[in-house]
Amino acid sequence: MRNIFLFIRRYFNFLFFLVLQIIALSFLFRYNKFHEAAFMGIANEVTGRVSDKYSTVEYYFHLKKENEALARRNEQLLNMLPSNFQSPDTAVQLVRDSTAYDTLHTIRRYLWRSALVVSNSISLQNNYITIHRGENQGVQKDMGVVSSDGLVGTVVSTSENYAVVMSLLHRQSSVSAKMKKTGEIGKVQWDGSSPLYVTLTNVPKSVKVTKGDSVVTSGYSLRFPEGVLVGTVESVIDDKTSNFYTMRLKPAANFYNIGYVFVIENLQKDEQKKLEEATRKTNE
Amino acid sequence: MNKIVKNIIRFCLFILVQEFVLFQVKPLHQFIVPYLYFLYIIWLPFNIPRLGLTAIGFFFGLTLDYFTKTPGLHAAPCTLIAYVRPFLVNILIRQEGSELNYRSPSITSMGLAPYATLVLILTLIHNGYLVFLEWMQFGSFLYFVGKVLGTTGISLALILVTELLFYRKEKFRTNTA
Repeated sequence: MRNIFLFIRRYFNFLFFLVLQIIALSFLFRYNKFHEAAFMGIANEVTGRVSDKYSTVEYYFHLKKENEALARRNEQLLNMLPSNFQSPDTAVQLVRDSTAYDTLHTIRRYLWRSALVVSNSISLQNNYITIHRGENQGVQKDMGVVSSDGLVGTVVSTSENYAVVMSLLHRQSSVSAKMKKTGEIGKVQWDGSSPLYVTLTNVPKSVKVTKGDSVVTSGYSLRFPEGVLVGTVESVIDDKTSNFYTMRLKPAANFYNIGYVFVIENLQKDEQKKLEEATRKTNE
Repeated sequence: MNKIVKNIIRFCLFILVQEFVLFQVKPLHQFIVPYLYFLYIIWLPFNIPRLGLTAIGFFFGLTLDYFTKTPGLHAAPCTLIAYVRPFLVNILIRQEGSELNYRSPSITSMGLAPYATLVLILTLIHNGYLVFLEWMQFGSFLYFVGKVLGTTGISLALILVTELLFYRKEKFRTNTA
């Protein structure tokens, strides 16, 4: 017993170092699995507030680009208004479907909320974005995030007023997507080499792909509505050993300067999840 | 200025510069990530006990981790270099008692060659361990070697610039003072 105490006293520095290393490594590997580290909630509030101060300055610099993106989006939406369509033949009539104005939320599936980006990184291997909207404002874990141009990422942790989004530029991010033209489903991931490109895999070689084809989200994901633009095909890597294409996509969202994003809530997620879970249980 | 106040200000500055300046730089290449923040640990005074130094290293790394949302990734290498630093200083110091006469490691207190060696070894250890932790989750061996060399090169260049820009005056202290 006495020897143990002597040993501890003699090597106390080394043991202390080992303990700190183990704490750090356990933080790291637990976080990569569940995105729940110790004190992350409090830390989000504090770092969020610091980033908020910084972003008030930085925000000014990409105000112009942000305005252009919003104007583009507005143009797109304005062109979809029914008042734009008029036929000289009075027998043709446009009827507005009232189900879209459902106030009881029985058929609404997705709800969009805008949020200000306060911190964003692109230079690391695992990039995260912090937004100024949290649990108090209705943001929860696993919600999808898009910018006015295209897909951005997924919410991974939240605090009272801030939320952390795992960007598409993250080694663990994976989004189900499809070719807009033909509808083949694939998977979008990031290989970590350049923030300018993401990779699309699992699209069979039977499909004709040309440069510039749009890739949009498939409806299979619980987080995103169908048809959100992910990116456009930049080049196709022809791997002779595989029956599937590997494509380099140019992401639609400009990750270099994101000012505002939209957080998408799937109102019917729980129902779908419960059903799928129950099916899995009975079939086991 | 009081030593503690000075180091607390330095702590905040290094974290803020790393997060809001260096990490915001548009990435040139996959292998090049500018890390400078760990220079804070190299600049800490000689007379901090080994236990305290390790603890400071841990908290310093963890603070940056909460900004980058990667808890543990920077804390682990910072703890390691903070723990190793006293051993290296003991080996590299020019003459016995030099650590009593000067406050902290610098060119004036240690001499150019020993100080450069100290910086080089600690930078290699820090970046090597950091990239190793990343490499355990993904990547090939080439990625590991390339990134260690790339980040170390850019770190050393940044440290050189910082040393030249912010010249630290080191007063010679005698035992009587």
